[in-house]
Amino acid sequence: MENTLEIKNLHVKAGEKEILKGINLVVKQGEIHAIMGPNGNGKSTLLQTIMGNPNYEVTEGSIIYNGEDVLKMSVDQRSRKGLFLALQYPQEISGVTNSDFLRAAMNARSEKPVSIFKFIKEIDKNIKELKMKDDLAHRYVNDGFSGGEKKRNEILQMLMLKPDIAMLDEIDSGLDVDAIKLVSDAILKLKEETNLGLLVVSHYERFFTSIKPTHAHVIVDGKVVVEGDSELVLKIDNDGYDWLYEELKIEPLKEEKPMVYSLGVCARNRGNNGRVI
Amino acid sequence: MNNKDIINSQEEYAYDFKDEDVSVFKTQKGLNEDVIKAISKTKGEPEWMLEYRLKAYHKFMEIPLPDFGPDLSDINFNDFTYYIKPSDKVSKDWKEVPETIKNTFEKLKIPEAEQKFLAGVSTQYESEVVYHNMLKEVEEKGVIFYDTDTALKKHPDLFKEYFGTVVSYADNKFAALNAAVWSGGSFIYVPKGVKLEKPLQSYFRINSELMGQFERTLIICDEGSDLHYVEGCTAPKYSNDSLHAATVEIIVKSNAKCRYSTVQNWSSNILNLVTKRTLVEENGVMEWIDGNVGSHLNMKYPCCILNGKGAKGVCISVAVASHSQYQDAGAKMIHLAPNTSSTIVSKSLSRVGGKVNYRGLVKMSPKATNSKAKVECDTLILDDISSSDTIPTNIVSNNSSTIEHEATVSKISEDQLFYLMSRGLSKEDATQMIILGFIEPFTKELPMEYAVELNQLLKINMQGSIG
Repeated sequence: MENTLEIKNLHVKAGEKEILKGINLVVKQGEIHAIMGPNGNGKSTLLQTIMGNPNYEVTEGSIIYNGEDVLKMSVDQRSRKGLFLALQYPQEISGVTNSDFLRAAMNARSEKPVSIFKFIKEIDKNIKELKMKDDLAHRYVNDGFSGGEKKRNEILQMLMLKPDIAMLDEIDSGLDVDAIKLVSDAILKLKEETNLGLLVVSHYERFFTSIKPTHAHVIVDGKVVVEGDSELVLKIDNDGYDWLYEELKIEPLKEEKPMVYSLGVCARNRGNNGRVI
Repeated sequence: MNNKDIINSQEEYAYDFKDEDVSVFKTQKGLNEDVIKAISKTKGEPEWMLEYRLKAYHKFMEIPLPDFGPDLSDINFNDFTYYIKPSDKVSKDWKEVPETIKNTFEKLKIPEAEQKFLAGVSTQYESEVVYHNMLKEVEEKGVIFYDTDTALKKHPDLFKEYFGTVVSYADNKFAALNAAVWSGGSFIYVPKGVKLEKPLQSYFRINSELMGQFERTLIICDEGSDLHYVEGCTAPKYSNDSLHAATVEIIVKSNAKCRYSTVQNWSSNILNLVTKRTLVEENGVMEWIDGNVGSHLNMKYPCCILNGKGAKGVCISVAVASHSQYQDAGAKMIHLAPNTSSTIVSKSLSRVGGKVNYRGLVKMSPKATNSKAKVECDTLILDDISSSDTIPTNIVSNNSSTIEHEATVSKISEDQLFYLMSRGLSKEDATQMIILGFIEPFTKELPMEYAVELNQLLKINMQGSIG
């Protein structure tokens, strides 16, 4: 059966605020969907909601994966069913090595534990392919990583976990030109091998040029306002969004920057982007 | 298992153990001069030790309870039996060990022979073999390693020279109590320049006294020597009596190095009140690796007195408090000489209603010029019914020394949980992973087999406590 993710009339709230206002989208195996649109209009929210981030509440609509109700699944069940989200801001987990983390994640989805020998072979191959540092497996998850290293680490996890549908949230930001090439090559290679389906949020045409989306969707104010293919991507890259606003007579939402709080060293919180919990 | 089951099983493990009294000799309940004389007599001790014990007993009666930390005013010191001749413990039957403890051993994947040994019921033969093998190795290098009672008999002069020189019998109420009724513990002397490559471990000692209520440990690392001593292990220690006051004294001479690693996992009826202190001479290094997982109430602050130029003290500790547990733990670094340095890393964790405190002292005396200290305390509170306080005292009495202090308090972050779960880990596994990562700076300092055991133990502890 072809893996299919089907989103119908999805409405999502974060706190009191409605962010998604009726999204419809179908992603099939082997397809590459570009999700575009100005910042603060709901792109990340869509991906986070599909993965099950508890900060977002679905008020209406459905997400169905291969006939099953995704909204009834816990986050880890969604992952084990084959969904994957590469985060825009990957978390740092101090004291946990990449190797321990990845092995636990792989064991969580297989009946018997992955052989250590196979695991090492596989991770070493992928580390080389992504030109990451040799000691990566023994370093703590994203701890002290540069922005670019964190993004590569997300792709490394994807290569190891081999999802059916992967969602990439601005995976290219923080990567230089060479790294974008490396990462997109790795994504395409995995797609070749596994017929991966992709849902990609990015602002850079360069990245889309490399991975060649088969579909494109523009989200403005929580709705998909226009759909197309790679030509739409190109047009937006050249002309921006203004023509779209005029044509459709719509106004985009201005991005609200989250307030950053910080306390002194005596009550510093870690791994939470400086927010107080 | 849900929370309640876990809590119940802990209570069972604490109270359900029925021990047939087969002891050869034990003192009457309570403490008085006659009890102390009886202890000394049955041990066949020299006169000076009896006098010392009696002096300490009077001091114990005089000194008030600590005016900080948990409330100890409920303790009735006459409720306890202060000395049970240990030979009875060896004759205990494996069948008498509570199921819950056997289960824990099994979950820890400790082989049965070792399980019996750890539970104090292994046959004399088994333990003697292990003991002799290890002894041979270290004896060739001139290392002395006995239980403390035997050491007093075999090396009386060496013993007398150092005993009570780091922790005075008048130091605090529980040090006084220990000095009055001490029994068992380890005595180690490492000669000049001898470096031991493998850690010395206490549970490979003929050790019917492993369960001693008032262990007394004395370690002397002579000039330029190197010792790693591992006390006990992570397996649960149980005892019928519930007051434990141990004293550990260590002397690290110039250019010597000592590391003392322990994870206390007393059963949940125990009051654990311990004094641990090291005197560090010129360019010596002392490292405390101190874990606190068990006991009902725990007060323990390993201390380094940095007495010689360039001496260095380290304390890396973890304290985990669950339901009905109160961990008041920390470290003390007393800088008395120039160019000394110290590091304290403390990881505290409280869950299902536990309370965990970091209580620490760093003191730079006027003479401790150009010295440095670094304190890092991190606390993780797992739910709304658990709590924690950080109580540091930092004193600098000269102009050229510095103390750096850093502390964090956090809950398990929803964002981290989401991240790990989005890779397929269940909420429980993800939580465990974050917790084990949190205490990793401690576990990485333990010998590997202990680190594995500690992680296993914490995983068992956490089972069913999530969500």
